[in-house]
Amino acid sequence: MTGGGEQVLFWVLGPLAVAGALGLVFAKKAVHAALGMALTMIILGVFYIAQDAEFLGVIQIFVYTGAVMMLFLFVIMLIGVDSSDSLVETLTGQRWVTALLCLGLGGILASAMGQVTWGEAVGLDAVNAETGNVSGVAQLIFGRYVWVFELTSALLITAALGAMVLAHRERLGKGPNQREWSRRRFREGENLAGLPAPGVYARHNAVDTPALLPDGTPSPLSLSRVLTAREQVLSPDVYLEAEAAIEREMTEESER
Amino acid sequence: MSTLLALTETASVVAASTDNPRADFRDTPLWLSAVKALLVFVYLLISTLLVIWFERRVIGRMQQRPGPNRNGPFGLLQTLADGMKSMLKEDVRPKAADAFVFTLAPLITATMCFVAFSIIPLAGDVWMFGHRTPFQLTDTPVAVLLVLAIAGVGIYGVVLAGWSSGSTYPLMGGLRSSAQMISYEIAMGLSLVAVFLYAGSMSTSQIVGAQRDLWFIIPAFFSFFVYVITMVGETNRLPFDLAEGEGELTGGFHTEYGSMRFAMFFLGEYINMFTVAALATTMFLGGWQAPPGIAAVNDGMFNEGWWGLLWFTVKLWMFMFVFVWLRGSLPRVRYDQFMRFGWKFLIPATLAWVVLVAVFRAGQNGWLGGGVDVAGRRFPVVSLFLVGAIAVLALVGGWLWDRRAEAKEAAAHPAVPDDVDPYAGGHPVPPLPGQRLREPSLTAPALPAGSDTKEATRG
Repeated sequence: MTGGGEQVLFWVLGPLAVAGALGLVFAKKAVHAALGMALTMIILGVFYIAQDAEFLGVIQIFVYTGAVMMLFLFVIMLIGVDSSDSLVETLTGQRWVTALLCLGLGGILASAMGQVTWGEAVGLDAVNAETGNVSGVAQLIFGRYVWVFELTSALLITAALGAMVLAHRERLGKGPNQREWSRRRFREGENLAGLPAPGVYARHNAVDTPALLPDGTPSPLSLSRVLTAREQVLSPDVYLEAEAAIEREMTEESER
Repeated sequence: MSTLLALTETASVVAASTDNPRADFRDTPLWLSAVKALLVFVYLLISTLLVIWFERRVIGRMQQRPGPNRNGPFGLLQTLADGMKSMLKEDVRPKAADAFVFTLAPLITATMCFVAFSIIPLAGDVWMFGHRTPFQLTDTPVAVLLVLAIAGVGIYGVVLAGWSSGSTYPLMGGLRSSAQMISYEIAMGLSLVAVFLYAGSMSTSQIVGAQRDLWFIIPAFFSFFVYVITMVGETNRLPFDLAEGEGELTGGFHTEYGSMRFAMFFLGEYINMFTVAALATTMFLGGWQAPPGIAAVNDGMFNEGWWGLLWFTVKLWMFMFVFVWLRGSLPRVRYDQFMRFGWKFLIPATLAWVVLVAVFRAGQNGWLGGGVDVAGRRFPVVSLFLVGAIAVLALVGGWLWDRRAEAKEAAAHPAVPDDVDPYAGGHPVPPLPGQRLREPSLTAPALPAGSDTKEATRG
């Protein structure tokens, strides 16, 4: 039935697709999960192409690369670059319910698929040679299934508009300006002069080095939260040691 | 509904003949495909070596300096030396980087760029080792879409490089490049739709074949214009190299990269330039076919076989020169202006253009009423009407625009009288250049109610 080349392709790419799908579920970092999904989707596209559905395959790759790219952006924007997942469950007992529903769905799918009888596979060769792959798809979309597609697109547009309307938040009143921030700081009595600026040393002009307070202790307030979350913060010890060494030398010089 | 069905049936009749590729691969054994793949690979690598030298020399000329001229004749081996250097350099990886993805990203960029070239016809049918075969690796009914899909995968290299470097500037470069890709790929795909409508196919060999009489740059001129803009945006080249932007992001996505990993990005960028230029050649400039005058010489002897490779290469390098020229003359576009241009001008304008072309094509196929004979040729009424309407609109719009510009000009430069009375406002005023002094009125000036404003406009 299937050619030798297609069999080799399937047995090489099939496990890779499964690995990608498992990676989507089990990867610790959200970006790795998205990568696994991209891999699976691209391999699915290759499978379609191998089965002569060229238009479908290429569109699969085209659409899903863009879609996974959006997923990347969501990951980076919503979870943040540090991507520390919150493990607090907001719904109690949801795991059990989920497991139950999954089992039920699996049961229904298995029983439905068990009753399928396969007819003789026709293949796309005849259609591709006669009408052409793209024209064949076009005839189905714009001929037989035109209303289904139009309704689906109307539904999708409605969903997109609804999401925009529901997620859009208008600012009620205006945000605090510099003057109001300053007043608030004084009212609260904390950090009256604003947060300390990060450490700026003669040899290292750095936002990732905490400022030193008058008593010599580093101030974590002076650092950007993002850098702290990504663990990209340097310790000022190096500079303190260097300074102490210079001071020691100077005192030795003066004593001599 | 019935008319709709009838319409789709006629569409199928028209489209059926051109859907599948024209290129005939029956006389192409598998080993010959491998040889062709190797040839395309070598062609691309040699072109890359040359184009880096070419770019540096041409930009040097534009900036009145010689450019690299030490290694080899005319400095031709400079790129080779640079490549060797990057291979021998120390391989540095930042501590905060994600080790796997950091290595994966340049690999994606450097491999994906080669894939898209497999569907580009470099020449027509040629004799190769006793077989007659089209000089293109493969062709499918969706070949051009394949290029776009591969470009979509290739951009992952840039985005992942930005993310995995674990530092701020690369991340911003990666985000910029993903936004750039999403917004400019839409405009690029839309601009190509007009070509699909004219050729009736998405297979590259069919598109080249359909341009035997008329290159698509003429009927689809607006698509060509949009495509050239988006191809610069897709390849991250100046003036759209916001993902690198060394002025604001040091190196953008490749800030943390060095040695061979960086060289892979470099290779990917230049081969992507060749890919988009080759696609432009295929879609708009007749592909491997000889230019109009030469194509007619001696019954088309220059328009077949290996000659195609020459014409194709010449057209490709014209685009390369445009890339270099743009880099030599334009400053980088600001990011928000770039995005606004893409979303608010390119995409809507291209959409309107595609609708227009679709109406023209439908008119040519006789689906929208009959036609009239003008000067021996038959034109559909719809097309003539549309052309007339657009011409009238353009004339009216131009006239309005001109009038507004004139009014603005008049407001900016109020008319200056030829002669001036120096004491008219009661205070001595020197004349402007070219003004003559009138005999001063030594009497006390009259002070009407609106004298302030008059004084202001008197100059």
